[in-house]
Amino acid sequence: MSERLADWTKGEQAITYQTCTSCGHVQYFHRAFCAACGSSGPRDARASGQGRVYATSLVCRAATPETRAHVPYNILLVDCAEGFRMMAHGENNLAIGDEVIAGFKPFAGKLVPFFSKKQ
Amino acid sequence: MSFITGVGLTPFGKHEGSSSLDLMSKAAQAALDDAGLKRAEIDGILCGYSTVSPHIMLATVFAEHFGIRPSYAHAVQVGGATGLAMTMLAHHLVEAGVARNVLVVAGENRLTGQSRDASIQALAQVGHPDYEVPLGPTIPAYYGLVATRYMHEYGVTEEDLAEFAVLMRAHACTHPGAQFHDPITVAEIMASKPVAMPLKLLDCCPVSDGGAAFVISRERTGQAGVRIRGCAQAHTHQHVTAAPALSELGAEISIARAKEATGLAISDVRYAAIYDSFTITLAMLLEDLGLAARGEAAARVRAGHFSRDGAMPLNTHGGLLSYGHCGVGGAMAHLVEAHLQMTGRAANRQVKDASIALLHGDGGVLSSHVSMFLEQVR
Repeated sequence: MSERLADWTKGEQAITYQTCTSCGHVQYFHRAFCAACGSSGPRDARASGQGRVYATSLVCRAATPETRAHVPYNILLVDCAEGFRMMAHGENNLAIGDEVIAGFKPFAGKLVPFFSKKQ
Repeated sequence: MSFITGVGLTPFGKHEGSSSLDLMSKAAQAALDDAGLKRAEIDGILCGYSTVSPHIMLATVFAEHFGIRPSYAHAVQVGGATGLAMTMLAHHLVEAGVARNVLVVAGENRLTGQSRDASIQALAQVGHPDYEVPLGPTIPAYYGLVATRYMHEYGVTEEDLAEFAVLMRAHACTHPGAQFHDPITVAEIMASKPVAMPLKLLDCCPVSDGGAAFVISRERTGQAGVRIRGCAQAHTHQHVTAAPALSELGAEISIARAKEATGLAISDVRYAAIYDSFTITLAMLLEDLGLAARGEAAARVRAGHFSRDGAMPLNTHGGLLSYGHCGVGGAMAHLVEAHLQMTGRAANRQVKDASIALLHGDGGVLSSHVSMFLEQVR
């Protein structure tokens, strides 16, 4: 199995995903196997950061002191160009269907993916 | 064949000084009394979890505390679907001859036993620890995401969602045990504090203390009989990031399986007891289950369809939104109310006909589903 590429969950400014070398299934949550067919060693790759907004929810009431400092913040589900869906933050005025591009912003002591409207 | 021979429910709200075990015991005693059974006659115990007092063996902790030595006991954990999942398991245990009388119980001092922030934080952990939780979502945010998508695809509005909160509050006003007794309006819901848009404070169920219990038995113990006609589950994902398309969610799968298992159709149903953690949850589940056409549930609420005197009375105790939500016991209150309706004991809330009831529970973020049909037997 190839070395795991570092991504934002490991402190790197990157979004990664996996493609199964047997069945072609694309998955976002990293695993040592393909969740569709069970084959081991799906291939890691860095995503382009391009996608389209699937859903949004502007969080106005947070539950911890660290996250409360950021309210309101917009939580998104983004359908990425490579064929996987991810959760991220984004500009507060984004709407479903908007074409977006990923950057990174600090949030509660961590860098998290932050999507902006594609110009 | 299995029967629900007894039900017990505490008022929801503040039970200052009561522990989770206290609330479980109170509800369990009420269910035993209702069934006319003694502790020694209970040979199975299924219990939910307590976020306030987590324990790796809560069923035996409860059994020892309550004074039962069952031949079968363990806890079950599928979030908001736990109550109906336990009932389904009890049904199968009884049918298989593993136990004669199974006590299903849950209770939690979720409101007074911890801060509201602690409760919200604990529940947010149903999110993915690496890919979701670091983004600071809350349970309302997970459902807020589902809501914006559902509104986008089916043309549902925030005012539509508010109708469900108005209805649940109107029902709660007629139940002395409910946490809230002041009627609310669509305008008040629209003006309530934003939590995770489009969900505002009054679109969300409260945090409550409370307990609920029932006894599932092989034989009837009293005159009035309620039989579990059949049930089914579906589990499509855990995390909202991994949820399938809106048209492929688990409620549609579990109801299709439950209909197949029982030979019943939605047109047979006379009373509905549907999970309602948020207004969007109730709107979606009613439509997924076929109790309203897509995007039309709110119009049915406005027309009185789901009111006590309507064609399909729904959560006549006030649901999670207004009777309250104490964790696993929250959705069990829906079954207790269905039982009272089916046995003609719902007092001023009594509906004309509750001969067949449909119950549905949802855990996680529309992740785990249990659909169940109950039938009145005379």
